[in-house]
Amino acid sequence: MSTHTAYYIPHKATWPVMATAGLMLMLAGFANHLNGSSIGSGMMLTGFITFIVMLGFWFALQSTESESGMYNHGVGISYRMGMMWFIFSEVMFFCVFFGALWYTRNISVSWLGAVEGAFSSGPGRSTYTLWEGFSATWPTNGPGKVGGDFEPMGAFGLPFVNTLLLLSSGVTCTWAHHGLLAKNRQQLIKGLLATVGLGFLFVAFQATEYYEAYHEMGLTLGSGVYGSTFFMLTGFHGLHVCVGAIILSVVLFRSWKGHFTPENHFAFEAAAWYWHFVDVVWLGLFVFVYLM
Amino acid sequence: MSAVVAEHDDHHDHEHEHHGPEKGILRWIITTNHKDIGTLYLLFSLAMFFVGGSMALIIRAELFEPGLQFVDPNFFNSMTTMHALVMVFGAVMPAFVGLANWMIPIMIGAPDMALPRMNNMSFWMLVAGVLLIASTLFMEGGAPSAGWTFYPPLVMQTGKAFPFAVFAVHMLGVSSIMGAINIIATIFNMRAPGMTLMKMPLFVWTWLITAFLLIAIMPVFAGAVTMLLTDRFFDTSFFDAAGGGDPVLYQHIFWFFGHPEVYVMILPTFGVASTIIPVFARKPLFGYSSMVYATGAIAFLSFIVWAHHMFTVGLPVAGELYFMYATMLIAIPTGVKVFNWTATMWKGSLTFETPMLFSIAFVVLFTMGGFTGLMMSVAPVDFQYHDTYFIVAHFHYTLVPASIFILMAAGYYWLPKWTGNMYNEKIGRLHFWLSVVSVNILFFPQHFLGLAGMPRRIPDYAIQFADWNMVSSIGAFIYGFSQLLFLYIVIDTIKGGTGEKVTDEVWEEASKHGLEWTLPSPPPYHTFTTPPEIIPTEHI
Repeated sequence: MSTHTAYYIPHKATWPVMATAGLMLMLAGFANHLNGSSIGSGMMLTGFITFIVMLGFWFALQSTESESGMYNHGVGISYRMGMMWFIFSEVMFFCVFFGALWYTRNISVSWLGAVEGAFSSGPGRSTYTLWEGFSATWPTNGPGKVGGDFEPMGAFGLPFVNTLLLLSSGVTCTWAHHGLLAKNRQQLIKGLLATVGLGFLFVAFQATEYYEAYHEMGLTLGSGVYGSTFFMLTGFHGLHVCVGAIILSVVLFRSWKGHFTPENHFAFEAAAWYWHFVDVVWLGLFVFVYLM
Repeated sequence: MSAVVAEHDDHHDHEHEHHGPEKGILRWIITTNHKDIGTLYLLFSLAMFFVGGSMALIIRAELFEPGLQFVDPNFFNSMTTMHALVMVFGAVMPAFVGLANWMIPIMIGAPDMALPRMNNMSFWMLVAGVLLIASTLFMEGGAPSAGWTFYPPLVMQTGKAFPFAVFAVHMLGVSSIMGAINIIATIFNMRAPGMTLMKMPLFVWTWLITAFLLIAIMPVFAGAVTMLLTDRFFDTSFFDAAGGGDPVLYQHIFWFFGHPEVYVMILPTFGVASTIIPVFARKPLFGYSSMVYATGAIAFLSFIVWAHHMFTVGLPVAGELYFMYATMLIAIPTGVKVFNWTATMWKGSLTFETPMLFSIAFVVLFTMGGFTGLMMSVAPVDFQYHDTYFIVAHFHYTLVPASIFILMAAGYYWLPKWTGNMYNEKIGRLHFWLSVVSVNILFFPQHFLGLAGMPRRIPDYAIQFADWNMVSSIGAFIYGFSQLLFLYIVIDTIKGGTGEKVTDEVWEEASKHGLEWTLPSPPPYHTFTTPPEIIPTEHI
């Protein structure tokens, strides 16, 4: 029998269009806020709440449908493909910021400092400089010393602890998955609890690190290109950790309610994939942002 | 196509519970049906085609004569920027997504798209994104006017429109990514048994590869504009040399997105051309597998050639040489395609209905656009062409008589299938001849202007450029107004057309070429709720 003789086609989708309206209101509100309009933040909040509530209804509907057995094997494959390609798009999003970091460190800062090298053989590139006395080193806030003096973030403090936290959370996540497959619900719930806990602990440590950077090290988003790349990369990663931890919390809640079977647990798999993706990004960050 | 359908009469039986469409306007708002969503995409893109076209006519009216006539320079620059954004993100891309929605499930024998709710959201996200960007026309400081490429530092001068433009890009990006994920999941997971990958119609293949491009590049563009936003509002220094950044970094990121992006607009074009030409040549497509591989090769190359848009920015010589040679390589797979279309027509029993006319014009005129592209790939020569009307002529040749003509061809080709009515062939041909003549009057002189040194994106010009600008503007108005004939035909055909009810096949022996021609015209609201059986045949 073909996999999609009974492929479930939903009808009358109410939530997607309302979620879109919420998202649009949120972004229009944010734009107004940035333009200095007083109604901006209110619009933004209303839009955000609408978006989240609609998403909540949407996911609740999906989970009800899933538990009532409306999704066959084919639907499951579509969802898995959807999640895989979504994560691929996220990978590309992070590639932009890693690429910006690479370009800055290897090309633009060298050019500003008129350093001879593989990328500096262009016409006029290394023969003069607009910025007398600027020496190309990393970390830097540029020849204009934008943002003032700062101290760069070291690797072996909180960042190293955070690496250990995220790596262990990957292990507990897999342990939970084994529990799910072995129909051991206690193990599933404990594993998820540990994963979510480690995730939020990571976020708390990250917040502490940011606090220290801003208040003790003079390192801010405005600290030239070092501050820009540092906070954008770690900030977007931290945001993804939050989202991943929220997704895992929902999965935890559903596990409590008795959802998921060894055969049917796409939501768990998707959350786990996402979590591992966030984990891998962090390893990249630890090496390229903190260590090197 | 090398597959035909054995049994297909069970797709309109009434054994299963069949959901008909919702009544009234709500049908369109909350629909999850791939045909409804395809129709929404197509109608929306047609509307945007006229919006973007009107902006182009404002540009050409201003350029009719030297001096400032109608609009102030900033508004002129807003028009060039908005024309590009509306045409790229509002007209061409959504039109192909509309075709994909309508045709891919039918072509592969699937009941619908793989993720129908997300399909609905993709469309509404597109509308929301376009609304955001359109709203900037009425803002303090006007719509964005730094060009669709949003190069810093110029783009930082944008007024209130700036954050709206950035968020519009985010929304359009999310819309495209969701649409692309849906297409990939549909093609990989929903094919009828026996519909192997190498039996899929080329339109499906080109969209599969296009969808991959979209997922890879839209996040890149989103990242680039996010950095613009933080540079403007949150003190970052990504594109500011004083802080150690570099505006050229933006150009690298933008074109890493931008070059595959232009192939997002051309690959489905290739797919539709490869679908239509065999039908009217009454021969199978020549070199099916080489077409597939050439599409893949073009997609791969599109990721490694981006800096040919930046030859004059001051790249190291090694970079210029690399990007020059890599760019030239694209001519090979593209040449394979052009030769294959020509070979498909060779010794065929050709007839020249409107879709075929547009397709043949596409092959000829796209090849011209390709040749000027090859000229500009030569880095030292590009220093002369860069940012002149030569590049404007080049990319309009690859977009208007290529993507747009093929979209017109697709409209004429599938409208009878979609509506069950025949369009007016006489008016169709009139539309074609007016378009093909005027598009050349419009864009060919721009080659001369560019070679003579007329810069692009400027409302006024030296007196020496006056004659060809006037010719170009005359062509523009003929071309623009001829498109109203297409609008008339679409409305007329929906309302009954010539009054002749078309057969399932519509075109002679079309059922040899695709599953859509085995369905009734118009096809029922739900098709292939049980998958058709694909019988492998020899290449016909």
